[in-house]
Amino acid sequence: MTINPDLQGRSYPAAEVYDVGREKIREFARAVKATHAAHFDVEAAKSLGHGDLVAPPTFAIIIAQRADAQLIEDPEAGIDFSRVVHADQRFIHHRAIVAGDRLVAELHVDGVRAMGGGAMITTRSEIFALGHDDSRKHVTTTNSSILVRGEGQ
Amino acid sequence: MSFSIHELSPGQDIGSRTIEVTRTDLVKYAGASGDFNPIHWNEAFATGVELPGVIAHGMFTMGSAVQLVTDWAGDPAAVVDFQTRFTKPVLVTDTTGTPEPGATIEVSGIIGKLDAEANTARIDLTVIAAGQKVLMKAQALVKLA
Repeated sequence: MTINPDLQGRSYPAAEVYDVGREKIREFARAVKATHAAHFDVEAAKSLGHGDLVAPPTFAIIIAQRADAQLIEDPEAGIDFSRVVHADQRFIHHRAIVAGDRLVAELHVDGVRAMGGGAMITTRSEIFALGHDDSRKHVTTTNSSILVRGEGQ
Repeated sequence: MSFSIHELSPGQDIGSRTIEVTRTDLVKYAGASGDFNPIHWNEAFATGVELPGVIAHGMFTMGSAVQLVTDWAGDPAAVVDFQTRFTKPVLVTDTTGTPEPGATIEVSGIIGKLDAEANTARIDLTVIAAGQKVLMKAQALVKLA
């Protein structure tokens, strides 16, 4: 199986809206064994100056991986998900994600590089919060590299 | 707890944390994150794609390691940038029905760099499982008070 080199430079527009709920923040925080009160207790979050529960620093991976799914499930991409290994990840927060945010992600394929029989694919999700008038505020940028292992790798 | 840059110096220790991981934790993380790749919960599938066994999600390791930083910073929103490379998989053995963890992750952190202009501290994390560094260049940028 070969990865389509023409993927580089491709973008996938913001698709569905992700509504950030309090219980999802609590569930994700428990799943990464985070115990900070700002993830669980609205009053604790407010006392730190936040409008609502604060998402853990890696929470945006939920939204980024939904955006990545558009690429991985794209039959033109030629990616076998069972052979995908996460190589690196970065989150740049322009502001923290909080409960009540309505988020959308634009996916950009920044790089495709052949490696052995596989390929390293670098993607970037630009995550925006929608305002009341559907205005967009930039919330988080995620950068991710995945290695699609070739046979025997 | 939050710090002023004047109280800090490069090389300073911010503490350490031990994270015990079970197969149940991986199932919980799969559900919470939406990453249902079977290499993180199905032994036969994992070995079938030439892995040594079920491995933790890299994002589980990254996400659980950063708690040391959020606690030190006093506010999760102070972590304005967080990155890592995943260098070794964390193999999680099946200890279902016993009180034993399937893997243990050791996290420690030091101040790597201070930036007075941006008023940030870069925390460099060392993350070890089974005697090997599983994350490389695990760096969190913290906005200081």
